[in-house]
Amino acid sequence: MLNQIAQAIVLGGYYALIACGLSFMLSVMRVINLAHGSLLVLGGYFLWYLGENYQVSPFVGLLALVPLLALAGWALQRFLLERSARGGELLPILTTFGLSIVLDNLLFEQFGADTRSLAPYIGDLAWDSFELPGGIFVGQIGVLTLVAAIVLLGGLQLFLSRTGTGKAIRATAEDPDTAGIVGIDARKASAIASAIAVGSIGVASAALGMRATFDAYAGGAQLLFAFEATIIGGAGSLWGTLIGGIVLALAQTAGAAIHPQGFLIGGHLAFILVLFARFLFLPGEFTYRLRRIAGLAK
Amino acid sequence: MAETAGPILLEAKGVAKRFGALQVLSGVNFTMSQGEAVGIVGPNGAGKTTFLSVLSGAHAASEGRIAFFGKDITAIPAMQRCHMGLVRTHQVPRPFSGMTVFENVHVAAVHNGGRGREAAYQATLEALDLCGMLAIANRQADTIGLLDRKRLELARALAADPKLLLLDEIGGGLTESEAEELVQTISKLTARGISVIWIEHIVHVLLKIARRLICMDAGRIIADGDPQAVMSHPEVVKAYLGGSPE
Repeated sequence: MLNQIAQAIVLGGYYALIACGLSFMLSVMRVINLAHGSLLVLGGYFLWYLGENYQVSPFVGLLALVPLLALAGWALQRFLLERSARGGELLPILTTFGLSIVLDNLLFEQFGADTRSLAPYIGDLAWDSFELPGGIFVGQIGVLTLVAAIVLLGGLQLFLSRTGTGKAIRATAEDPDTAGIVGIDARKASAIASAIAVGSIGVASAALGMRATFDAYAGGAQLLFAFEATIIGGAGSLWGTLIGGIVLALAQTAGAAIHPQGFLIGGHLAFILVLFARFLFLPGEFTYRLRRIAGLAK
Repeated sequence: MAETAGPILLEAKGVAKRFGALQVLSGVNFTMSQGEAVGIVGPNGAGKTTFLSVLSGAHAASEGRIAFFGKDITAIPAMQRCHMGLVRTHQVPRPFSGMTVFENVHVAAVHNGGRGREAAYQATLEALDLCGMLAIANRQADTIGLLDRKRLELARALAADPKLLLLDEIGGGLTESEAEELVQTISKLTARGISVIWIEHIVHVLLKIARRLICMDAGRIIADGDPQAVMSHPEVVKAYLGGSPE
């Protein structure tokens, strides 16, 4: 039991890490990036390619991957999202959906159906574990991922609350017109936010490839887990995302304990329950609008 | 005209604004000197707020040119006008409600006036102090009352280091004593040499600051000059009362 909880918390760290970029984009840019999973897998292939062909450790590869993804995030905002946002709230989401299809199929064309892993390039780390009191073993990669999630989410939270750029990003997220009128460059703030959101995906790519295998179409499932963690944690809160990841993993673990195939169902149930509870009880403009559509509020 | 005949600060020539078929401003000519405090009155729908929006860059002028410190700013975006010192407040306060009062003001201080970290912090404190908001600096902006929201608009505009402050009905909806407090704050600003254009319906409040009054009606300036003369101008009386003077 204790062992299962420990494993679930570690797994939750992974979910929080893959949810980080998605949550950041949703909370500060109000965009659900449906290409999140595909970008995650793209990063995985990048690190795999470096390892396979040039024997570069994924940790070193990250030094190149994160800036490249950040650049891609900047371009995504400037050339796609900024333009599509003029067509309404839904269009940026559709744009990222289209982007995910393009990315998935390009990856499939390039790398085929073989599954890949980064495990061969990280030596003993792939299987080493820490022993906790009580004879519980947790994988070192898992712990590293959990720590990375805490550092990344905490760092982003600090960045948003403490720095001038962070405040500009929050102000722009809330009201781009007023942001402009108090002298904030709203376009720049959005582009920086997008660069950070997509750049952070790189770290999650490394975690994905080190702890498991992936193929060209693996992005969909990752997107789903990231989205569930984000929503369970309360969209818009970065620390909430960490909690959300852990709750998701605990629910999946509980589901698996009840029935051998209950792992995914457990997570989905937790997601839906939280969504409903928030829908019915929590205040907020978004839920209010939903309630209105459902005829539960005037 | 006002007694201050300083160098020209702002010049609007033939400014017009249309929203589709709706002509909101037509042929507005307006010049003001540095250090002047100008009041704008006029009936609802006269185009006062639109005029401020065109000056601040929230809306682009359909026709005409606007110059600030002699530089043509007709085509430059709101953000850059703000950097030049042309800063506005909104009629309905628009704080960033997810941020604290301090953060609301700080974000404007950081992104204007090319200040460093310490200077931006000091400018934030100064703006908050001037508007009497230091005590509630750490409150979330969506939890404060109307007077404080109005003050926050002002404090945030101040932190942006304005040379010309555009105030849109900042006294509207306030009680007599609240409006009086606001007048005192604004008179401190004009004493520092900040020029002001102030739209207000409550004329006697406005006249505590403004030495020059403009009356707008149907998208045009119908009277401009000494406040008493403007208020008794036949066209102004007609605009307000809808008939000929008694």
